[in-house]
Amino acid sequence: MNFNSSVLRSDEKAVFELRSLYSSYGYSRYKMSKFEEYDLYVRNKEFLVSDRVITFTDTNGKLMALKPDVTLSIIRNSEDADGYVRKVYYDENVYRVSKGNDAFGEIMQTGLECIGDIDDYNIYEVLMLASESLKRISDEYVLDLSHMGVVEYVLDSMGVSSETREKLLLCVGEKNVHEIRSVCEKEAVSSAALEKLVTTYGNGERVCAVLRELIPECDHVASLEKMVSALEKNGYAGHVNVDFSVTGNVRYYNGFVFKGFVNGIASGVLSGGQYDKLMARMNRRSRAIGFAVYLDLLERFADNGDSYDVDTVILYDEGADLDALNGVIKMLTDSGRSVTAQRRLPEKLHYKQLLRLQERGVEILENNA
Amino acid sequence: MLNVALPKGRLGEKVYDMFARAGFECPSILEKGRKLIFENPEAGVRYFWVKPSDVAIYVERGAADIGVAGKDILLEYEPDVYELFDLDIGKCRMAVAAKKGFRDNTERTLKVATKFSNITRNHYAAIGRDIDIIHLNGSIEIAPILGLSDVIVDIVETGSTLKENDLEVIDTIVPISARLIANKASFKFKSDAIERIMAGLENTEKVTK
Repeated sequence: MNFNSSVLRSDEKAVFELRSLYSSYGYSRYKMSKFEEYDLYVRNKEFLVSDRVITFTDTNGKLMALKPDVTLSIIRNSEDADGYVRKVYYDENVYRVSKGNDAFGEIMQTGLECIGDIDDYNIYEVLMLASESLKRISDEYVLDLSHMGVVEYVLDSMGVSSETREKLLLCVGEKNVHEIRSVCEKEAVSSAALEKLVTTYGNGERVCAVLRELIPECDHVASLEKMVSALEKNGYAGHVNVDFSVTGNVRYYNGFVFKGFVNGIASGVLSGGQYDKLMARMNRRSRAIGFAVYLDLLERFADNGDSYDVDTVILYDEGADLDALNGVIKMLTDSGRSVTAQRRLPEKLHYKQLLRLQERGVEILENNA
Repeated sequence: MLNVALPKGRLGEKVYDMFARAGFECPSILEKGRKLIFENPEAGVRYFWVKPSDVAIYVERGAADIGVAGKDILLEYEPDVYELFDLDIGKCRMAVAAKKGFRDNTERTLKVATKFSNITRNHYAAIGRDIDIIHLNGSIEIAPILGLSDVIVDIVETGSTLKENDLEVIDTIVPISARLIANKASFKFKSDAIERIMAGLENTEKVTK
């Protein structure tokens, strides 16, 4: 098949690019149904971006939902992988309410999941593929890496109630140092370690050096250091930051959590993490890690502001010679231009060039480019 | 160039003053006129005036890299932004007020009039109280006087408006002040400039205190 890739939108190009990337690392495509039993989402509401789901009753009386999420369906439909790792990728539409918009929308999402006996290599591979996915979208990207174990270690050492812990975790996500201070003052506990954790971000090596002094007993720092170093050695130096403001729901996520940003897009385009706790909640022994890329955010990315609907409009009269008209159009399309043949100029059409087919040849009426 | 959304009005002018003292001046902003966008390429900063309640939206959606918004707006709309610094100005509190001598009958649903539905819902959910929210867009103080609601949830600065309408504060929900917020993606790519502004603001605050 031969086609001009310039007709693809940024999100469509990304789908092809990422599909080929994930396949090259042995991930197989996971195609699923658009519907899933509602019950799956009710039991794991907090795992979803939004708890509002489009539901309907199936012909057999079962309450079904249009998929608001892909990961839950993949876990539900996969068995434990003892001694090996199942690697799948997907590109699917999900249906949910976006934040700040009180209406359901169809969101194109791609991503991958790695389920089974996860080891350090598998974690590295997923983090590397996350970095590579961002790199394929833009050269100006950042992967923010965090470790729930480190954040929880610091929170545990503070000995606060679960309610206060939740408040503090929210503050960590907002880099909200003044609120951390105020909450800790009320609880009469020291905020120093948590403040340090929130205000130390950026270059992985530098952050890990600070962490080694701050929490020398915490084993997770070494894991973090190992991954940062592997990513930096393999071509992602300067693009991988450690930032503990990336957090996940502690009931589902453990270990590494990460978020990807691309310059020019106002929110994170990639989000992922290790979700062994979710696996356990769904009665699976296997461990798991994965990420999603929000392709809907790429729709306007790298928009070159092309303000034309078509390159050329060719006007012809009724009864014009079909061979002559076809010949001109073919010549223009062969040269890579888009052409619309019209008897009258359509209203509100933006075009670069306006031509008219005459008996003696083609007359140029307008040139706008 | 760092895009900064400032809240229109007295608070915004105070905020600009803090930014200017922190080394991010833009003298053209002081000129009278209807212009809304002001730029100082040398300082690498572009300011624009927006409605105070819209600052968080401009920042969350990335039209502004940073901005200054009241804590009331952040609690009400819960934008996905970083809350970097408490500027310690525009101080007031979010409070529950009622007619003087009001007795809270906990046997029945409490009718609450407010502009801040989300804050109200969260506050009463935390204490397990059943409420009926009446969302109003202004003149909230009238609601309990006319029997539209039992109490109101609103911003209280000096309390004089309440006093004039024979109302009093019966509970403080949260103290409010102006906060420096940042778009999460902008923070990744413009962290040096944002950190310089934060450091400048911190110094300004120390000098003022």
